[in-house]
Amino acid sequence: MLNTKDILETIEMIRTDHLDIRTITMGISLLDCACESGNTFATRIYEKITKKAENLVKTGEEIEKKYGVPIINKRISVTPISLAGGNLGYDDYILAAKALDKAASNTGVNFIGGYSALVQKGSTPAEDALIESIPEALACTNAVCSSVNVATTKSGINMDAVAKMGHIIKKAALLTANNDSFGCAKLVVFANAPDDNPFMAGAFHGVGEGECIINVGVSGPGVVRSAIAKEPDANFAQLAEIIKKTAFKITRVGQLVAREASSMLGIPFGIVDLSLAPTPAIGDSVARILEEMGLECCGAYGTTAALALLNDAVKKGGVMASSQVGGLSGAFIPVSEDEGMINAVNKGALTLEKLEAMTAVCSVGLDMIAVPGDTEADVISAMIADEISIGVVNYKTTAVRVIPAFGKKVGDTISYGGLWGEAPVMEINKYSPSKFIGRGGRIPAPIQSLKN
Amino acid sequence: MKAVITVTGKDNVGIIAKVSSLCSKYEANILDISQTVLQDYFAMMMLVDVSELNVNFGDFSDAMSKLGSDNNLIINTMHEDIFNSMHRI
Repeated sequence: MLNTKDILETIEMIRTDHLDIRTITMGISLLDCACESGNTFATRIYEKITKKAENLVKTGEEIEKKYGVPIINKRISVTPISLAGGNLGYDDYILAAKALDKAASNTGVNFIGGYSALVQKGSTPAEDALIESIPEALACTNAVCSSVNVATTKSGINMDAVAKMGHIIKKAALLTANNDSFGCAKLVVFANAPDDNPFMAGAFHGVGEGECIINVGVSGPGVVRSAIAKEPDANFAQLAEIIKKTAFKITRVGQLVAREASSMLGIPFGIVDLSLAPTPAIGDSVARILEEMGLECCGAYGTTAALALLNDAVKKGGVMASSQVGGLSGAFIPVSEDEGMINAVNKGALTLEKLEAMTAVCSVGLDMIAVPGDTEADVISAMIADEISIGVVNYKTTAVRVIPAFGKKVGDTISYGGLWGEAPVMEINKYSPSKFIGRGGRIPAPIQSLKN
Repeated sequence: MKAVITVTGKDNVGIIAKVSSLCSKYEANILDISQTVLQDYFAMMMLVDVSELNVNFGDFSDAMSKLGSDNNLIINTMHEDIFNSMHRI
């Protein structure tokens, strides 16, 4: 028989420490839906998605019951719409966004990602039109998530796109002003965006992917924190071992669920994303892990080192637990979605600059950060440029999801509820980067790109 | 297919009887039982064969959870693979 201690440990992880599968994400290619008519395109993508994903939610629920582990979200990612759409224009893309939203609602999924454009080196007229339409598309839909890849290590940084995204984010904030500028929470600007990311808002089904695929994102900051808490005097090597072992166990659950979903749906298994994704629930926080390691508050000196240790150990433990690993894989630090981060910002311990430093050693980037509503577009573009540079130079994914919350100022709070949480509006640097951002063109690819 | 039923909570009379009779009602065959009582805290684990269940697994699991909540206990019913995956290489 199974070991009693192991069984109780698993149950404690789920019941007390919030172990869950964050998402089963079905990636669907829409390349075969291309059409010169916006109406036909919208109909085709709706029909394809609803057919492919008709059993996704039901299957997720069955797996949840079978293994007793919560699966929080079921999601869909699709081929970047600017590619599938070919030569469509602004109004056609809005129709497509509405079709995606309707497909999400019909299949019962929580989100659908892929209202995206990949413009790291330059953009086509179709991509320009899609980017222009993002604010309206996010304002007139519920479940649609959007992302724009503006840089890769191989191509450098498309600064024209970076400059434009500042304005797009501002407009998205304005169009969703009555809901704390929620549109911005569904929009991510990427460097080195992965093709198989199951997490929102940045998920899309990359162009190198097959027809349809199942990717799974795991979670479990609470489990890691609790494991560390049991060994308060561990040295750094022991700490890394504890995290590795815990990450292994978490990822094995992800692998099990991914394999099961893949076989029940008859769709190939893609990857498990080895992530520590926090939620606003008490105890399910990445910041609290860093504090458990011995920092008085997240944001104190030592935070970057602690996060680097955590992120590396999570990957080392997780990589052996799954046959295929991908996506964003690493610890996430979205401020509004992490109870410990919110606390650290409110106490004045965690600043925007520290968050930027942290993104150099962990997954993703400046994530779910509220800034004052009167922040200039150029300033947002410059924030993006800084964060994207970290990704490009370090050959990693970074992303920016900032919310210039309309009408809000430092000290105010925006609140979305659920997994999105709430965020205090953070102070930003007052000096202008306008001349720099206005130069136009591309920052050349760094020397790291010449690996051949 | 085998499942693990775990029952935790404050010790009271007849816990095993209640769980076993529900297993018998749904034709889940009990393969092994182990239990510990620490002070007033009771933890029981039961390995059951659920391949001959007369309802689907989800309904069986729900019936067990309900039995738990009716008796102030926490009852989880989970496929054994989750434990094998997590704790064995």
